[in-house]
Amino acid sequence: MKGTFLLVAFFAALLPAICQSGDPANGKRLFVRDGCYECHGYAGQGGRDGARIATIALNPQGLIRYVRAPAGAMPAYTDKVISDQELTDIHAYLQTLPKAKAAKDIPLLNDLLKK
Amino acid sequence: MARSRKISVDRRGFLKGAAAGAAALVAKPEAAKAQEAAEVRRPATPTPLPGAKQTASETAPPPPRIDVYTTDRPGSDFMVDVLKTLGFEYVAANPGSSFRGLQESCVNYGGNKSPEWITCCHEESSVAMAHGYAKIEGKPLLVMAHGTVGLQHASMAIYNAYADRVPVYIMLGNVQDVAWRRSDVEWAHSVQDAASMVRDYTKWDDAPVSLGHFAESAVRAYKIAMTPPMEPVVIVADAVLQEEPVPEADRRLQIPKLTLASPPAGDYGAVKEAAKMLVNAENPVIVAGRVARTPEGINLLVQLAETLQAPVLDRRFRTNFPNRHPLFGAGNVRTADVVLGLEVPDMWFATHTQTPVNRMGMEAKRITQPGAKVITIFAGDLSGKSNYQDFGRYDEVDLAIAADAQATLPILIEECRKLITPDRKAAIQQRAAKLAEVSRKNRERDIEQAAWGWDASPVSTARMAAELWNQIKTEDWSLVSDVTFVSWWPLRMWDIDKHYQFIGGHGAYGIGYGAPAAVGAALANKKHGRISVNIQCDGDLNYAPGVLWTAAHHRIPMLNIMHNNRAYHQELMYLEDMAARARRGVENAGIGTAINDPNIDYAMMAKAYGMFSEGPIDNPNDLGPAIKRALEVVKKGEPALIDVVTQPR
Repeated sequence: MKGTFLLVAFFAALLPAICQSGDPANGKRLFVRDGCYECHGYAGQGGRDGARIATIALNPQGLIRYVRAPAGAMPAYTDKVISDQELTDIHAYLQTLPKAKAAKDIPLLNDLLKK
Repeated sequence: MARSRKISVDRRGFLKGAAAGAAALVAKPEAAKAQEAAEVRRPATPTPLPGAKQTASETAPPPPRIDVYTTDRPGSDFMVDVLKTLGFEYVAANPGSSFRGLQESCVNYGGNKSPEWITCCHEESSVAMAHGYAKIEGKPLLVMAHGTVGLQHASMAIYNAYADRVPVYIMLGNVQDVAWRRSDVEWAHSVQDAASMVRDYTKWDDAPVSLGHFAESAVRAYKIAMTPPMEPVVIVADAVLQEEPVPEADRRLQIPKLTLASPPAGDYGAVKEAAKMLVNAENPVIVAGRVARTPEGINLLVQLAETLQAPVLDRRFRTNFPNRHPLFGAGNVRTADVVLGLEVPDMWFATHTQTPVNRMGMEAKRITQPGAKVITIFAGDLSGKSNYQDFGRYDEVDLAIAADAQATLPILIEECRKLITPDRKAAIQQRAAKLAEVSRKNRERDIEQAAWGWDASPVSTARMAAELWNQIKTEDWSLVSDVTFVSWWPLRMWDIDKHYQFIGGHGAYGIGYGAPAAVGAALANKKHGRISVNIQCDGDLNYAPGVLWTAAHHRIPMLNIMHNNRAYHQELMYLEDMAARARRGVENAGIGTAINDPNIDYAMMAKAYGMFSEGPIDNPNDLGPAIKRALEVVKKGEPALIDVVTQPR
């Protein structure tokens, strides 16, 4: 009995770490399947209808909290629609998206900045 | 005025004796005399295929004498005289039997000039072309359509033009007299009150019963359409009036002189009061809707904004204000003490927030600070209809001036200048640097944001806009499409200071507007030698893609760049929203909203319609060179299309 308790306690302690690690490949799949790209763009770049979420500043728990009760116009996604683990995977995928170059390092945009 | 033409005394020419010559020498039988007495002989209702009797009549030797109905002066010639006085450059139409007389008179009697006939593949395209044309050229393009099935096709486009306050001049064919309807087709295409279908969203209509009546109503309709608030008008051209000769009694027909009404300026006392409020404000903000009807409207708004050092928040319905001006977009309604709304049809939305769709209750909240004053100058207050609800919510304002804003601006500017004392001038000028800094930072933020997803595939809409700008920035260009669905990138990146560089959008958000309105605008730009640029949404093009053929056929130069996100994307997002709300199946949002499987090849579509094309392009590095190649085609006077597979927004 004591052994079982210790085992449960061990995994319980490990769980946040597993969740936080996430699976970026699965996250990429979910990002498209569950429609995140619709407002945020396939590159997470943001647009008229959604914020930029590439290299998101929130940690996984912060992302989960926001998705469950978003402050803006985003729909609320309950755990019946998308689980904590799935959101953690999406978070992991978002961390893999490339950060933008500075506009001054992109010739077409640099031209616009100079004007 | 009417053309002076030699008109024969006998308006109906009876070409007597098809077998002329010898037959003419034969004595007339009594039956033939009876025929001669008849004014007109019309065929019986035709059968679908020639029967034995008809075949025999067409192959047997002709009778010695038949009477053939001709005329050298059909009523439609006079109608064309009327149309010429109104200065229409073009008539856009899908052909229809109820206005065949008018069409024949336009192309033959009128020489197919002023108006020149533009062949359209759908009446919705005809009207949307007129919509786009008017926003460039500042005057109506003529549309012709059946009073029944044609108008039914056209109706959504008419509603768009109505909601966008654009003059469109629609002429409907109809056979009013039952005795003149030649077949079951013409019965099905006839209507008692043609314009009733669109009366809720047109400004005026009439169904003249004589040519004199036609002339008067046609001129009146033009005047009404061009008086702010500008809206579509409808004239029914009765087929009998078109096809029957001009009656003897109407030989003294007159075409009334067209005198456009000066647009209504605001009441002087009210304008003075508005000036006082604005000059004494510490943080005035101008919200611009459809202010600039002409290029002068942009100059006037710049003068007012600079006089007050008031930032201008543009609702993106027109080019109202140069987007690189230091006062552009630099203000905030939330911190303003006086808000001036100029031709803003949705003023309530400019001064309120509403809870998003994922909240209960649809709560609305006013965002202006307590005590802030709101002034409106709005021609929409001069008229209105109830059934269609494009008028939006009632907004509580402190001073409402029912007038055309552009016509009122000169007086308002003058009154403001009179009231600005040296002290107020100093206070006003203090705002300038701060606002310019806000505007500069907004610009920088936008450009930095454009870098995100720069190398992504599908191509980001920011990248697409930047690549386009790189190719057109040294040209005299005209953006002829709305840019709502590409996150407004051209408005955030490009330098816009001319009225034709941005003409707004649908009006009533009726999808299917984009492609034909762009073609119509490009048609207007053609004689000015401008490069018309159309960022074309895929869903929109699929309503009536035949307009690509119209562009190719009439050699209308325009650069079409597909925003091919392979979805009715707004609806896709809505379905996602509804599924999330119902806590199920967000992965099914694409059912009924995606445009894939198979993907549509728009380059191939354009080629089928006779247009140069390239694509689909999904590598952003391929886009610039493709645009350059297409632009070379456009510069030669042809349309071109590049299919770009894009990010959703």
